[in-house]
Amino acid sequence: MREFGFILRTVAASSLMLVVTMANAGDVEQGEKVFSKCKGCHQVGSGAVNKVGPHLNGLFGRKAGSIDDFPYSKPFKRAADGGLEWHAENLDVFIENPRVLVSGTRMSFRGLKDLQDRKDLLAYLRTFSDNPADIPEADPTATGTDHAVDPAILAIQGDPEYGEYLSGECTTCHQVTGGDEGIPSITFWPEEDFVTALHAYKNKTRAHPVMQLIAGRLSDEEIAALAAYFRVLEN
Amino acid sequence: MKLNRRIFIGTASAVAASLSAPMVLAGSHGKPRVVVIGGGAGGATAARYLAKDSKGEIDVTLIEPTRTYYTCFFSNLYIGGFRDIASIGHSYGALASEYGINVVHDWAVGVDRDAKTVALAGGGSVAYDKLILSPGIDFVDGAVSGWDLSSQNKMPHAYKAGSQTELLRAQVMAMPQGGTYAMVAPPNPFRCPPGPYERVSMVAHLLKETNPTAKIIIADPKAKFSKQGLFQEGWGEHYEGMIDWIGADFGGGDVSVDPDAMTLTIDGEVTNVDVCNVIPAMKAGRIAELAGVTDGNWAPVNAADMSSKADGDIHVLGDACSQGDMPKSGFSANSQAKVCANAVRGALTGSKVFPAKFSNTCWSLIDTNDGVKVGATYEATPEKIAKVDGFISKTGEDAATREATYNESVGWYAGITADMFG
Repeated sequence: MREFGFILRTVAASSLMLVVTMANAGDVEQGEKVFSKCKGCHQVGSGAVNKVGPHLNGLFGRKAGSIDDFPYSKPFKRAADGGLEWHAENLDVFIENPRVLVSGTRMSFRGLKDLQDRKDLLAYLRTFSDNPADIPEADPTATGTDHAVDPAILAIQGDPEYGEYLSGECTTCHQVTGGDEGIPSITFWPEEDFVTALHAYKNKTRAHPVMQLIAGRLSDEEIAALAAYFRVLEN
Repeated sequence: MKLNRRIFIGTASAVAASLSAPMVLAGSHGKPRVVVIGGGAGGATAARYLAKDSKGEIDVTLIEPTRTYYTCFFSNLYIGGFRDIASIGHSYGALASEYGINVVHDWAVGVDRDAKTVALAGGGSVAYDKLILSPGIDFVDGAVSGWDLSSQNKMPHAYKAGSQTELLRAQVMAMPQGGTYAMVAPPNPFRCPPGPYERVSMVAHLLKETNPTAKIIIADPKAKFSKQGLFQEGWGEHYEGMIDWIGADFGGGDVSVDPDAMTLTIDGEVTNVDVCNVIPAMKAGRIAELAGVTDGNWAPVNAADMSSKADGDIHVLGDACSQGDMPKSGFSANSQAKVCANAVRGALTGSKVFPAKFSNTCWSLIDTNDGVKVGATYEATPEKIAKVDGFISKTGEDAATREATYNESVGWYAGITADMFG
């Protein structure tokens, strides 16, 4: 039960549908089959090199965006600068939906929705990192948690007028013109990406103290309102 | 309940929309008029949001004496050599041409609250339905023994950005090798709580390059200061042995200066100094006092809409007001301005008024790519603006985090100045 408590503490349960199961390791052989979905862009194993995406050897414990010579996207570099480091928990989040952690990443992958598939894939990738999985203090291979934003939350129609008022709190830092020097642009995003990102800050899946504070007190309706406003920016 | 006009206006916020109060307020003079005094983070933002969101329904006048506004935030980075002075200067051109704001470059010298007019130094007056005061700070007379405004060229405050900031940097550059820079820090509350200590960091950065044997003394009437752990860690790391902070417990509050002799006396001990940056105790910009809305040094306001506790048709923003838990900062003023603009527009045009939300983040630069921040969110309660939650950078953070924080502050500067000036 200790793992249980740890998971509940680390992932605040505010508006997420959490399906917590006992943490059990995935199946490496099954994971190799799941990896076929990734092979178009990523290599792993002996002799793996960067392709469309970076190679995945030594992924566990690796700082995000740290493969030399790989042309990471600007949003990815920003997330990396913010201290993102790959471990089972956030890899699980990222594989489920890359946009939860890195809005605007070039990784155009819709995500693995199936929990067991993710566990198996991570178990497979884990074999290409140091520190075998059976050492207690090493990274576990899967946490057994779903991170998807509840479809009912994604379905909320935001009020753009309310969003415009609330946007005043955003535009002190984020430029309405879309300038992204030092601080990312938040204009003209797909609403789902916007809502997904803000909920990831709200439940602290995504790191950044300012954004966790701001998103932390926005209601589901307010997040939807902001997404609706920044989607079109008619004013 | 029988409604008469007195009750009607007295309960305006509750019944305004349904009973067309705006028509009454606008009265015989057409469009409702808002006059904003002060074109900084509070005033410029309030004027811009009122003009932008009312889409011409409100006549907005902005009174600001300077044609180029130099932001206090990032002025320390100019002193450290990280920005040039032009990069922190902003004109009001876009507010006039793109938002239709009537920008008047003059001093407001009086407010007639019965006639609802503002008198200008250049003569004439401007009428208002709602007045927004965002005059920033002035200094308390006699706060530092031996110093008054006539001494500001010998011992600059550099706490209103512009020529004073340029003067202070020039003085630091002209210090003799091994010379002494002294700062007299202000008592609470004051504009930009981390500001004096970021300034010391930037002066130290400059001296480390040009004058590495120079010394810095801070005489401080406070026993502790904003981000103290972060600053002192950074000073030890980057400027070891250069900075001597003398807090209240060591006589830092017992200070006098002699601008002609260039001496600073701390707790009876006289020191010859080459630069003396005197930052006196502060109070609301004088027009707030002239308008009769101050109580002591500051103007008390209601948290929900930033209206003055002395006059419901006057709102006070930013450094000049006393509101509760928010620090006096450009970020705070900008945040308060948007709450105020929404409330004022609602009262004048019947537009929807949304609940107040406030936030603040203050970034400080300690040395190249070593940025730190502190921030919080706030809400309006019947008593005050109350803190909800907050965070602060940690000591011992890695270099990448500090660099990311600095880069973020650069992005914030671009963001807030666009939000103020269009």
